[in-house]
Amino acid sequence: MIRLESLAKRFGEVEAVREVGLEALDGRVTGLLGPNGAGKSTTLRLLYGALRPDRGRALVDGHDVALEARAALARLGVLPHNAGIYPALTARENVRYYGRLHGLGGRALERRIDELGELLDLGAVLERRAKGFSQGERLKVALARALVHRPQNLVLDEPTNGLDVLATRNLRELIRRLRDAGHCLLFSSHVMQEVSAVCDDIVIVAHGRVVARGTPEELRAGVPGGSLEDAFVAALERGDG
Amino acid sequence: MRALLIVFLKELLENARDRRTLLSALLIGPLGGPLLFGVMVNLTLERGRERADQPLELAVAGGARAPNLVAFLRGEGVRVSDFGGDGAAAAAAVRHHARRLVLVVPDGYGEHLRAGAPARVELYTDTADTSAGGDRLRAEALLRGYGAQIAAWRLEARGLSPLLLQPVVVDEVDVSTPAARALALLGMLSYFIVFATLMGGLYVSIDITAGERERGSLEPLLTLPVPRDAIVYGKVAAAAAYMALSLALNVASFAVILRFVRLDAVGMALSLGPGTVLAIFAVMLPFVLPGAALMSIVASFTRTYREAQSWLAAVLLVPTLPILFASLYQVQIRTALMWVPSLGQHLLIQSLLRGEAPAALDVAISAGATLALGTLLARVAAGLYRRERILG
Repeated sequence: MIRLESLAKRFGEVEAVREVGLEALDGRVTGLLGPNGAGKSTTLRLLYGALRPDRGRALVDGHDVALEARAALARLGVLPHNAGIYPALTARENVRYYGRLHGLGGRALERRIDELGELLDLGAVLERRAKGFSQGERLKVALARALVHRPQNLVLDEPTNGLDVLATRNLRELIRRLRDAGHCLLFSSHVMQEVSAVCDDIVIVAHGRVVARGTPEELRAGVPGGSLEDAFVAALERGDG
Repeated sequence: MRALLIVFLKELLENARDRRTLLSALLIGPLGGPLLFGVMVNLTLERGRERADQPLELAVAGGARAPNLVAFLRGEGVRVSDFGGDGAAAAAAVRHHARRLVLVVPDGYGEHLRAGAPARVELYTDTADTSAGGDRLRAEALLRGYGAQIAAWRLEARGLSPLLLQPVVVDEVDVSTPAARALALLGMLSYFIVFATLMGGLYVSIDITAGERERGSLEPLLTLPVPRDAIVYGKVAAAAAYMALSLALNVASFAVILRFVRLDAVGMALSLGPGTVLAIFAVMLPFVLPGAALMSIVASFTRTYREAQSWLAAVLLVPTLPILFASLYQVQIRTALMWVPSLGQHLLIQSLLRGEAPAALDVAISAGATLALGTLLARVAAGLYRRERILG
């Protein structure tokens, strides 16, 4: 479970995040939806400890990221925006590096990597050097890396960016499977269809604030047109006011 | 500590697969310097020797007017050729490098000589042509020698001792040892060693900081439950390891290449046996820590690989400046100077090359000061990684 409480972060004059609070539950996919520049990535960076909040706090399974970083981060798998992998290493070596840094090792780690290879359908790619991997293959390796320590919580920042239709579909499938296995998933996107396709709960942010939240049905019910797009636009307009 | 080791080993492996790193750390850095150095020194030595070995070529105009002089020159091994022209033609020939030297014997040379008056000859030469300098000096010495011989005969003919013309005799006593003479030439050696050591870590330190950020692999790395210090120290240690490797190869290749430089032929000796090689390596080794940390700091500030490259090219000069300064001003080894990293190493290497064992205190101070600076810089680098701005 991930809990963000009134997070705020400013960079000089720019208030990137004014006040964002949300709860992402186990066994559900929570979507962080908002236009570009709404503060989604900054919010997630505050969650996984890359940035320190000016106000508020982020909790992972009850552990404060600022105070108990190691305990909190050990329960978190992270796929940052445009995450890169090491081109000179094979896919397996990329995943192994993270596994070892999480304190895993030996045969148990290799078995886990095989398992992830199957889960993500990596096949022979697993033993190949990452230089020249397609965008989809790179994403799979980055995902395997984020999952290597079996985190209860998974954070995905705009994971479908640059993916083709088939890869996007596979990713959605994987997200659903992880949810069904009881994981907590927090997923950010600026594409509404993306969020509506997989998310159980949606949090809409604009200008660094939460402007609406609820299940897709709840959000649709709140607007006259009854479509999620109308709900998104209406929420953004409310946020502007 | 475990995380540090994991990061260290991963960076070693990753960079071992990078052609650019290997080229700079294992080939260009370590071998480029010694090769360039060997070729340069050999060329200088060869040129000097060849000139001296070859007979002097001298074109003489009006040689028929001075048969004794020509005979004397031939007797001294000079290859005399006949130059059919006057002074103007001789000047033109020298100016256009058709001849290096032309000796013109003017009309009236014989009369002056017989009369006991100074007999003039003209030696046409181009002092701007540095390659002719040796020939000119040899020709002048021979002509002076001929003059001295005639003077001696004239004195003897008058019943006087020719020794009267030598009231003072200068005997030069050279106290420099062959090793010390070599040192003037090899003063740049430690400069090359420092440079090769830095080159060994150049691409590694760019790759593990600016490169990692540019590839987008830094942010996920920093989301791991691992202290950032451990990550930074692992990276600096990897760069330092490549620098140590580069240093070892560099010193070893100097030892090999200097075998082919005929220093003994010009009266110089240089001891670069296995013991000296090891000692140079040991004295130099602490330097890899501040070197690696400094480059990591600079590369952490830059946004891209390219930017890091251009910055580091400039920063690489900083550790070599004290050496340049010391060579220019011929700074002698002093304990107080051991506190300056890179200068301390330079002076210690110089004394090792001279065949002297440096004082234990000097070695200890140099190593201590260098490692202290290295630790400080590594902590600065770790501090940079704790900043939020490291993600760029």
